[in-house]
Amino acid sequence: MSQIFHHSTNVLSRLSIYGGVFIVALLGAALYGIELSPWYTDVHVSREQPVPFSHKHHAGELGIDCRYCHTSVEKSSFAGVPPTQTCMTCHSQIWTNSSMLEPVRASYRDDKSISWTRVNALPDFVYFDHSIHVSKGIGCTTCHGQIAEMPLTYRAGTLYMSWCLDCHRQPEKYVRPKSQVFNPNYEVPANQEQLGRELVKEYKIQSLQNCSVCHR
Amino acid sequence: MDPESSQNINDAREAPVLEPGHTLATVTDKISSIVLGRGTSKGWMFGFGISFALLMLFNVAVTYLLVKGVGIWGIRIPIAWGFAIVNFVWWIGIGHAGTLISAILLLLHQKWRTSINRFAEAMTIFAVACAGMFPLLHMGRPWLFYYLMPYPNAMWMWPQFRSPLVWDVFAVSTYATVSLLFWFVGMIPDLATLRDRTKNRAAQVIYGFLAMGWRGSAVHWSRYETASLLLAGLATPLVVSVHTVVSFDFSVAIVPGWHSTIFPPYFVAGAIYSGFAMVITLAIPIRKFYHLEDLVTMRHLDNMAKVMLATGVIVAYGYMMETFVAFYSGNQFDRYMIMNRMTGPYAWVYWLLITCNIVIPQVLWSRKVRNSVPMLFIVALVVNVGMWLERFVIVVVSLHRDYVPSAWGNYIPTRWDWATYVGTIGLFLTLFYLFIRFLPMISIVEMRSLVEETNEESRNK
Amino acid sequence: MSSNSNTPERKSIDLAAAGANLAQRDRKRFWQSLEELSDTKKYREFLEHEFPHDTAKNPEGIDRRDVLKLAAASAALAGLSACTKLPTEKIVPYVKPPEEIIPGRPLFYATSMQLAGVATGLLVESNMGRPTKIEGNPEHPGSLGGTDVFAQASVLTLYDPDRSQTVIHEGRIGDWDSFAVAISNMRGQQSPKGAGLRILTETVTSPSLAAQINAALKQFPEAKWHQYEQCGRDNVREGARLAFGKPVNPVYKFDKADVIVSLDADFLTCGAGHVRYTRDFSSRRALDAPSANPNRLYVVESMPTSTGAMADHRKPVRAGEIGGFAQRLAAEVGVASANSGEPNSQNISADWTREVAKDLQQHRGSSLVIAGEEQPAYVHALAYAMNASLGNVGKTVYYTDPLETNPTDGMESLRDLANDMKAGKVEVLLMLGGNPVYDAPVDFDFGPALLNVKLRIHSGLYYDETGELCHWHVPATHYLESWGDARAYNGTVGIIQPLIAPLYQGCHSPYEILGLLGNDPGKSNHNVVRDYWAGQRPEKDKAFEDFWERSLHDGVMAGTALPAINVAARSDFSKPPTAQTSSANTSAASSDLEISFRPDPSIFDGRFANNGWLQETPKPNTRLTWDNAAMVSPATAQHLNITTGTYVKLQLNGHETKAGVMIVPGHADSSVTLHLGYGRRRAGKVGTGPGFNANFIRTSTTPWAATGLRIEKTGEEYYFAVTQHQYIIDHQGHTSEEESTAAFHRDLIQVATLEEFRANPRFAQDPQEEPTPGLSLYPGFKYDGYAWGMSIDLNKCVGCNACVVACQSENNIAVVGKEQVMLGRAMHWIRVDTYFRGGLENPEMYYEPMPCMQCENAPCEVVCPVGATTHSPEGLNEMTYNRCVGTRYCSNNCPYKVRRFNFLLFSDWQTPSLYGVRNPNVTVRSRGVMEKCTYCVQRINAAKIHSEEANQTIKDGEIVTACQGACPADAIVFGNINDPNSRVSKLKAQSRNYRLLAELNTKPRTSYLARVRNPNPEIHE
Repeated sequence: MSQIFHHSTNVLSRLSIYGGVFIVALLGAALYGIELSPWYTDVHVSREQPVPFSHKHHAGELGIDCRYCHTSVEKSSFAGVPPTQTCMTCHSQIWTNSSMLEPVRASYRDDKSISWTRVNALPDFVYFDHSIHVSKGIGCTTCHGQIAEMPLTYRAGTLYMSWCLDCHRQPEKYVRPKSQVFNPNYEVPANQEQLGRELVKEYKIQSLQNCSVCHR
Repeated sequence: MDPESSQNINDAREAPVLEPGHTLATVTDKISSIVLGRGTSKGWMFGFGISFALLMLFNVAVTYLLVKGVGIWGIRIPIAWGFAIVNFVWWIGIGHAGTLISAILLLLHQKWRTSINRFAEAMTIFAVACAGMFPLLHMGRPWLFYYLMPYPNAMWMWPQFRSPLVWDVFAVSTYATVSLLFWFVGMIPDLATLRDRTKNRAAQVIYGFLAMGWRGSAVHWSRYETASLLLAGLATPLVVSVHTVVSFDFSVAIVPGWHSTIFPPYFVAGAIYSGFAMVITLAIPIRKFYHLEDLVTMRHLDNMAKVMLATGVIVAYGYMMETFVAFYSGNQFDRYMIMNRMTGPYAWVYWLLITCNIVIPQVLWSRKVRNSVPMLFIVALVVNVGMWLERFVIVVVSLHRDYVPSAWGNYIPTRWDWATYVGTIGLFLTLFYLFIRFLPMISIVEMRSLVEETNEESRNK
Repeated sequence: MSSNSNTPERKSIDLAAAGANLAQRDRKRFWQSLEELSDTKKYREFLEHEFPHDTAKNPEGIDRRDVLKLAAASAALAGLSACTKLPTEKIVPYVKPPEEIIPGRPLFYATSMQLAGVATGLLVESNMGRPTKIEGNPEHPGSLGGTDVFAQASVLTLYDPDRSQTVIHEGRIGDWDSFAVAISNMRGQQSPKGAGLRILTETVTSPSLAAQINAALKQFPEAKWHQYEQCGRDNVREGARLAFGKPVNPVYKFDKADVIVSLDADFLTCGAGHVRYTRDFSSRRALDAPSANPNRLYVVESMPTSTGAMADHRKPVRAGEIGGFAQRLAAEVGVASANSGEPNSQNISADWTREVAKDLQQHRGSSLVIAGEEQPAYVHALAYAMNASLGNVGKTVYYTDPLETNPTDGMESLRDLANDMKAGKVEVLLMLGGNPVYDAPVDFDFGPALLNVKLRIHSGLYYDETGELCHWHVPATHYLESWGDARAYNGTVGIIQPLIAPLYQGCHSPYEILGLLGNDPGKSNHNVVRDYWAGQRPEKDKAFEDFWERSLHDGVMAGTALPAINVAARSDFSKPPTAQTSSANTSAASSDLEISFRPDPSIFDGRFANNGWLQETPKPNTRLTWDNAAMVSPATAQHLNITTGTYVKLQLNGHETKAGVMIVPGHADSSVTLHLGYGRRRAGKVGTGPGFNANFIRTSTTPWAATGLRIEKTGEEYYFAVTQHQYIIDHQGHTSEEESTAAFHRDLIQVATLEEFRANPRFAQDPQEEPTPGLSLYPGFKYDGYAWGMSIDLNKCVGCNACVVACQSENNIAVVGKEQVMLGRAMHWIRVDTYFRGGLENPEMYYEPMPCMQCENAPCEVVCPVGATTHSPEGLNEMTYNRCVGTRYCSNNCPYKVRRFNFLLFSDWQTPSLYGVRNPNVTVRSRGVMEKCTYCVQRINAAKIHSEEANQTIKDGEIVTACQGACPADAIVFGNINDPNSRVSKLKAQSRNYRLLAELNTKPRTSYLARVRNPNPEIHE
């Protein structure tokens, strides 16, 4: 009786059987890729802001200390976003009629907050504390990247749990002298490994990895 | 080959595994005609309709569950596991008979398995399908089920390998895969037969696709034999392992009534017990409606009844030991647990279970009962119920009064508990109806291999 | 009950509907049908008929959530699963930063909360300007750092979405200005002397408020000021008037008392100074060594209370017969005026009375007799007399001038008002707080009488039963929203300072309202209070500034405690004044049924009815939630052929109410206790409906106890939600005995008498229970840093539930509602287990607070498939909600069953105002997630970060868990057990220390100090 299938079916079937494995593998890889892609992580994606504030200019060129604006970074879990008042301390004197700064002046005038778009956001079930990291010699740029070279601010790390754990498991790779914490242009020294180990000892840095450190 | 002839033989043990008078052709015709025969019988339509309705009920229950949360069930603190886990263990148990028949009996060259192994295997797969759903459904956040799988992730987290639930994931998935393969591989030649016999083009394509180009060449056959043997070898340990692992879910915990070393063997025995009960429950109507008395003979029923009896006795032993150890250990919590089972709020469940699983099945000692189809059917049903009750007693009654009395509570199943349970039965039956309609429910190949020798025997008579 | 489990959805629909159109209807109804209402009978029908009991059987709080569960479920998906893209967030800084607020750091302010006029000092935690958590104020004599359920839960009332928010005029939204106009018009129309003007307040101990009222009254010499407090201290004052000829305020020193006799006084859970009294009382129950000398407590009471549970000898006696016993006892201790002829309760043998008396006399000067506020005046008088003749005055008790600036017998005062209203003498009634329409005695017909008043003004937190009958309703400010002052139990003045501006425009404090009457309208409540004290204090200007600052900081005004006064007890009060006797000399006919009313242990007089935390708090001993009940003893239940769940009519001389019956072990026979505060008709989504209105049968002549109660079955069933003793409900207590006996058999409660304890100090520890080390399959943990542990002293715990509510507040624990509680899904992380020992007629009662045991070999950790519950290097069992997939295996494997599961979406994500009350440092759990006590890990982490930054180690006592902080009895101690000198280590080293189910080798970090009873060796029962 007549053939039901064309001869080529043999090849196809064999292909599909062996190919199955690879297809699955490819799918997995694709997913993984997406999870790491900027589209998903927002790394290096600078956000639209009401005022195009440039850390490059303020922190880099003018060399304003981080703590001038992020006042509570040493005292509280929350680094603090500067109130309009802080902006106006300078901008009531300089660039007083730059159109770029109108939102700031407006905010100060009619006492309405500027609503910035959050760049570094963690899920609500993660409790991160700035003060302890800063006081243990973790520099701003370690997590926030080369902030002094960001015309518009973007996220420097994925902020994934793995990303946190990387440092929590081997802090010596990232810790720096306390004096350098707020230095936006800090260069990681060649002897980081060995310097790091000393600092970890000196600052009594614990490598905390249990859940309730961040989740509760 | 009139179906009555089986009844003439008063001792089922002497009944052949295939009524004499069959030729290769008749066997093939008989089995394939069920699938290829014109039109669909009213009975099938009716049964399928009902099961499909139940399946729809299942869908409703599950949707509502996903929308609302497991709170729609009767579970509470302290009884955090209810029907879901009871049903899970029950279905998994039922699955066991199939694998046992097809794998172990194959290795033991038990001829009588041939005519029942196909739908026993089918039953296994459908049962596992039903069972497999419950661990997912019973989770508080089922959409996160993948947390139980070991896969590289951005959290740098693995599952917690000390937990029996993780072992379950592997045990059950392996079991499902192997059973499926076994079933399918075994069917290939028959699918080819169907492919060749059907006139319908679409059917030809479908069966042809499934037959994977089987031509019945010598090479094919030898490959086929090896494959089945290998798979049988693979499946055999699973018969034991799966329910052992399932039993760990309980025996690893410290709940009085769970924390017991006897669980693995007695779970496996129980599984086979319920499995065979289910096979009988399915076999009897099928052989009746499709007039297969000559293929599924009294011999089969008799043997299965014996297996039931044997495993049933092991289970009974398990119960006895549980009670004995509770008192012998002198552990007050275990003692209380047993006393509470026998006299507490759920005592009636316990005694009903004893009646169903131990008392009633003893009638199987009598040959008369084993030879009477209706009696067998009833006993099988009773055992099915009994084994479900057993799981209820283990899960719920152990939990409802454990260590701290202030936290004692009662479990009352809600309508959604029942809907989900009945729903899975609907799913099971639906699949089974489709199976007997569209696939050869008895292995043509293996039956043909029996033709010769049975004719031999009958000639010698 | 399977039907029950499904009722919420079904009921919710008609309920919501009913609620809505009811509100509608009587809005409209209101003005059409005053005449109809003003007729008493019709009025009653209006109440009964418009609000059939069943319509409001289940709290709507849950149903509201039901509606949006679908949405929320998907939110849960997005929110908590690890693999979804985070939504873009906005971040909104201040324009000008406020001083002293550091974003992310909480601040604490001292303030005071009044209950029935008596203040408890508090420290309130404020997160970014949101008050979120109440703590006790150690500086305040009324607190010493402890709090009670009411204070703990009060912060929820602040954010209650059902609070009235705008001025309401004639049932429609009005505004403050038009109200001010209305008042000035009223002043114009009033006769110059203001004869028709009446002011009705609750008990006022606030000096500034009283001054302001009096100032206002000066302008209207003929106007009257009435004070009514349903659960006030009338009898205390009247008793004093009997005994001393003038009202005084008794102040007790329980820490000085070796022998205490309580005449139906539940001084540990309510009444003036109960928080402080608990602290003092339990300080005498700390048994550091066998040599210690604990106090001995005799309690004679009708309804088993926490105080009764702490008693070394307890007698269940009908409320009305306690007077008789008091007489006998007084006679025994030699009170001349006492009438020993008074028939004693048949429960109490003469010997018993004699032994008690002897015990008292053996402790002259260090004994104490206290009468309950619900007992008639002459019982108090007797108590005063006994203390006098026992030489306790000045030692264990002293008397001061009344706390109230203007002490009045509330009942009589309200009676006058009601009569005047009926007589049409009242033209304007200004009600500052209170809810008389709901809680006035039924014979006053207050509601209908009120409708005779031409201008009715009501100010309160809720637009309640009273508000709806008034022309003007002005939303009152919560105590966390406005300034004020109030006196503590010993007269010490605490400043009430606001933590937050009024949440709603319409809210005004009594000060502003009175301001409209007085000369200085528009004066802020801050200025009123401050100016008053500026006038009072000797310090001036700068000095006063400092004084004021210090008072605000400490929360108390130094040196304002009232001095002790000398009063001689008269001896001619033996003949009890007739008004009270009807409840007293009933012992003659002890056969007929008595009913006694009590303030509810969780919602008091109904003012907290809309507070979900309190509604869901299991009441002491009965473990009842969301309801009150007609509580009877097992014997009486049998005799009347009723049982728990029987739905009955209670008839008392012509008045009637309905109630569900509940059998309570240890209740006095042929007596029924019905708690006040329930059956509210207009309390809000949560409070409307639950329970039964006792005020329908409560009359002014027998406000607390009355005989001649008739019980009639309705044939219906009523279902209670209890968190324990399910079996009492099922089978009249038989299995509950089983439950409790099991508990003792399993050594969950370790108890001994003082002798036994002295003979064998280690009685609580069973060496055989200690499993041989190294039994565990897994290698043990090493704890070289901190190791957190907790010790709970069962000898101190009075079962007041403060810890339960404190935990709920600190850890954002959801309220689940009555149906879910019935299904055993209450979410409390710490529960106060209650066990009985002995016969059900008068069992010993034992409390055992149960937080997570934080096992070192935790069964829960091994079985979690995803590692959502893990072990910390400091020995905590961490619970990581965002990792939990909800298999509930951990709960099954927890021998203590302290884990709680979100079976449905219990957290309210739909009510914005409730966001305010949440602790920002604790995740709000979603559906399908397990949760449990974490030893307040958020506080531990905060302390660790702080200490690490300061480069020191955490000091002992630096971390205080929520339950520990709230405990008025100081029964819970938390700390580092690696430090041998920490308080917790010392306690664990005590001989009474034992661990629950130690034989399971779970190595719990929470351990208990065994209970030691101190019975009188002379008494053999």
